[in-house]
Amino acid sequence: MGDKLKQLLDEIDHRTGIVSGLHHFLNEDIPASSGWHQIFGSVALFLFMVQFFTGMMLGFNYAPTPGDAYSSVRYIMTEVTGGRLIRGLHHWGASMIIVIVVIHMLQVFIWGAYKKPREATWIVGVVLLLLTLAYGLTGYLLPWDNRAYWGTVVTTQIGATVPIMGPYVSRILASAGAIGVQTFARFYTMHVQLLPPLTMILIFFHVFLVRRHGVAPAPGDELKPKKKFFPEQVFKDTVAVFVAFAILFTMAVMAKVPLERMADPTDTAYIPRPEWYFLFLFQTLKAFEGPLEVVGTVVLPTLAIVALILTPFIDRGKLVAVRQRTLAIGIVVLAGIGWGGLTGAAVKSTPPQTVASSIDFAGPTQWMESAPNELAGIGYYRREKCGACHNIEAGTTAKSGPNLVNTARRHDADWLLTHLKNPAAATPGSSMAPANLTDAEMKDVQAFLLKLTPDNAEVVDTAPDFAVQGAILYQKNSCGACHAVNGVGGKIGPALNGMSQRRNEAWVIEHFVNPKKVSPTTPMPPYNFKQPDMQNMVNYLFTLAARAPGQ
Amino acid sequence: MSEQNPAPQQANEDYSPSRRAFHLAVINIFGALIGLALAVPTGIYLLTAPRKRGGTKWIDAGDVGQINPGTPVELSFQESRLDGWRLVTEKKTAWVVKNTDSSIVAFGPQCTHLGCAYHVENGQFVCPCHTSIFSLDGKVTAGPAPRPLDRYETKIENNRLQIGDLKQQA
Repeated sequence: MGDKLKQLLDEIDHRTGIVSGLHHFLNEDIPASSGWHQIFGSVALFLFMVQFFTGMMLGFNYAPTPGDAYSSVRYIMTEVTGGRLIRGLHHWGASMIIVIVVIHMLQVFIWGAYKKPREATWIVGVVLLLLTLAYGLTGYLLPWDNRAYWGTVVTTQIGATVPIMGPYVSRILASAGAIGVQTFARFYTMHVQLLPPLTMILIFFHVFLVRRHGVAPAPGDELKPKKKFFPEQVFKDTVAVFVAFAILFTMAVMAKVPLERMADPTDTAYIPRPEWYFLFLFQTLKAFEGPLEVVGTVVLPTLAIVALILTPFIDRGKLVAVRQRTLAIGIVVLAGIGWGGLTGAAVKSTPPQTVASSIDFAGPTQWMESAPNELAGIGYYRREKCGACHNIEAGTTAKSGPNLVNTARRHDADWLLTHLKNPAAATPGSSMAPANLTDAEMKDVQAFLLKLTPDNAEVVDTAPDFAVQGAILYQKNSCGACHAVNGVGGKIGPALNGMSQRRNEAWVIEHFVNPKKVSPTTPMPPYNFKQPDMQNMVNYLFTLAARAPGQ
Repeated sequence: MSEQNPAPQQANEDYSPSRRAFHLAVINIFGALIGLALAVPTGIYLLTAPRKRGGTKWIDAGDVGQINPGTPVELSFQESRLDGWRLVTEKKTAWVVKNTDSSIVAFGPQCTHLGCAYHVENGQFVCPCHTSIFSLDGKVTAGPAPRPLDRYETKIENNRLQIGDLKQQA
């Protein structure tokens, strides 16, 4: 058997050279000092392949146009089995690849491995770092949620401030005026068509150069016997890759992958923040105002890139042991402190998210389409523990009471009220106890049951408590007599969908407590809600969609 | 730097065969684990059907009071369905046959062989692609079609035909 296999491999190799080529590649001589500090290049390459693969998988269920892009990402997250994991791998892999690429670079920098004759290897590496950042920048827009949209607005505006080139940058990104289908098409094409082949060519060139010059030795290596790349170093690389992948996989499973509200160009309340690895640039920008702004947006980043590229030409000294490279280590430590300080300051200056913007749109959000009386009805349904005897969703195991999912088909509104008040009167022989609810509360339960279908049944389980409590408060105070929510209610006051776009939380609370103060002509009476009622009410109102469903 | 450079030895004596075997085992096992952790979710992602929502929705396909028994009529209707992440409204058709006992059958408009649209010719359903022929009760009378025509679930309300899901016939 083994002989047959060997013979087959020999035959294949005779015709293609694949087997001997692989052997040649793996049997590279590496210096005796090689070891654990040189694993990061392999990890970066592995993570790039994971990004390439998961990106392609996401592409199978992704529509690259605004609007549809958002719906399809939501579809991947909520409807496709395993979709959340695949997107999690891609999302967290993007952050991880930045971390690993930077560590790889720091290792090369501290060990001085960029020195003659390896200058070209270093420069190609710097370009690969820039490409990695370009992936982050272009990929950020693709989910087309509020975060993506507003982040890209800021990025493209920064691009427009570049002296002389600015207008051309705007033209290439099609971002002058507004971010729309054209900008989206360009970011998408850069992310999936331009960057991947470019990256592959440069990675190939980078690895080719490593092979051409050999792995950088440490001083004294020439006296020691050489090692082989395979399997000793490959073992170390594999362990590192495995650890990196285990961390990535755990993050993809455990950590939340953000998907916010769909991009809304009219959302004035949104506070955009860049991805964590760009926060230091964001913070640097704050230090430069007016005509100096270009220093933060263009001059400093350009200087940094030029300094990186020129590093091998500035530091032309002989190779020395790592411990003696105090200047290099000092620079890394200072850069680390600077980066950490700027990032920390940026995080600190970020206002806490509002409840409305922290809602996970990758989870069920159908409850947002329910009218307030239905949501309040769900609250009473939960409070009275109706679910102990009744099922809502089809196909679940039988309970003592009937399944309520098609109640509206079998009974009319009046029957329902009678049944809730006095079950035996509506259904002779019923063992149900009369509902312990006021007439108004029963009306809400009635509204909820009449609207219940197999399509919206999950709302009973998924509506968050703050929204249900807010809706109960809304109903108890008859807000619907004057205001409309999701198309249900009066027309005396303004409709409350879209209120979150015009007002902030403080204004709304002030308006409840003392309406005349913030809105002198309003006929609205004051409502001095206690906590947590006030917060539930405000949070509930802020989660309403900008437009009522179907409008 | 005045030291002479002895020729580097090629073999590293510290690297014992058992160590090498251990390294090879780790490379293979870890490699396989990573491969599995990527392949299994990807398989599930690509091969399992997405979550399905909702039950049968009845669609009004029109008045069937005037249809003559034994004469197939093509009725069209609008169906809204979720196409992946998108709600689409499509025009669909059904071949409707009224039997002599006034019961109604609505056939799906595609041949059960390879999905071509068939038409009515001389009181039978004829597929233009590979000449499958079906009788008015949907049975295959000639050609390569493997099974009778698919039927929609139907019900009649106030003389109007309500169309439900399309079901394969055994």
